[in-house]
Amino acid sequence: MLKAFTLLVICQLVGEVAAQASGLPLPGPVIGLLLLLGVLILTRGPDRHLEETSRGLLRYLPLLFVPAGVGVITQLDVLAREWLPVLAALFVSTALTLLVTALVMQHLAPAETDEQP
Amino acid sequence: MNSFGRIWVYLETTPLLGLASTLIAYQLALWISARLRNPSYANPVLIAILLLGGLLLATGTPYAAYFEGAKFVHFLLGPATVALAIPMHANLTRMRRAAPAILLAILAGSIVASASAMVIAKLLGASPDIVLSLAPKSVTTPIAMGVAERLGGNPSLAAVFVLLTGLIGTALMAGIMRLARITDWRARGLAAGTAAHAMATARILQQNETAGAFGGLAIGVNGIFTALTVPVLFGLMTALF
Repeated sequence: MLKAFTLLVICQLVGEVAAQASGLPLPGPVIGLLLLLGVLILTRGPDRHLEETSRGLLRYLPLLFVPAGVGVITQLDVLAREWLPVLAALFVSTALTLLVTALVMQHLAPAETDEQP
Repeated sequence: MNSFGRIWVYLETTPLLGLASTLIAYQLALWISARLRNPSYANPVLIAILLLGGLLLATGTPYAAYFEGAKFVHFLLGPATVALAIPMHANLTRMRRAAPAILLAILAGSIVASASAMVIAKLLGASPDIVLSLAPKSVTTPIAMGVAERLGGNPSLAAVFVLLTGLIGTALMAGIMRLARITDWRARGLAAGTAAHAMATARILQQNETAGAFGGLAIGVNGIFTALTVPVLFGLMTALF
């Protein structure tokens, strides 16, 4: 488990360095994700430890958004002042985006023949 | 000073309180959500944020003091994002097969996300820095903050809009997918990741791994598209309104 976690952190570290050095509009962890994906393609998939550690971490992914989320209390004055345009824009735009993305994908993607369980 | 006061002063100087309160609040939120039979509007993340935000406001604790402890949880977001490579790798063949559809769907979603948010806020009379900070609301926080800053918006405000978008998207997605008869998990996951980044992806990953993998892909691709298209869309909107 420790070995797998080390690999994840190394990928993130290399990703952060690449993000800083290249000026790409991508955050370090996303570059780290692409890097690990590349490694997995080359090594033909994760070993059991990496698989278990990753699934364990991803099971708690929602929890990891809580600390940053509580930061909403630092902007309450702005939200109180302009709550109507902000909430209207967020609700309508997010609903439209979900709808448009899903419809385009469902209509254009080729049907799957080998459905995985 | 009484002994409770002494203990309190000690606890305030350690990060333990912020960490413990985050974990306890999340456990409580999971319990409340389960009691309500896990409805999509009562996302445990939303409940935990309300509990902790209320606690900080009620006790007059500054957010920075809370984050001293909570940052240990926050830090794991990086390795967890990297770990999305595992479900993505498991779905690589299906992604390759649908690549043109994936790119078009994310591009369409990316443009709708930023253009509609800016237009609606502008029409309802929002101030210019709010309009700007709303533009990158659907992408992951670091990209959103960077985009908002480059355009002259407010990065901290952009981060809050990203968070609210995540909560709203997570609440809305199940209903919208049902109404629009979206049965394809690839399309559901892609929509979740494009409209409401990793927060909606985290939720849908718990329902279906393929959807989670497509959500992970959408987070990365939408981040790039949005960073490239928002400056153009903003210029276009300034010219039109």
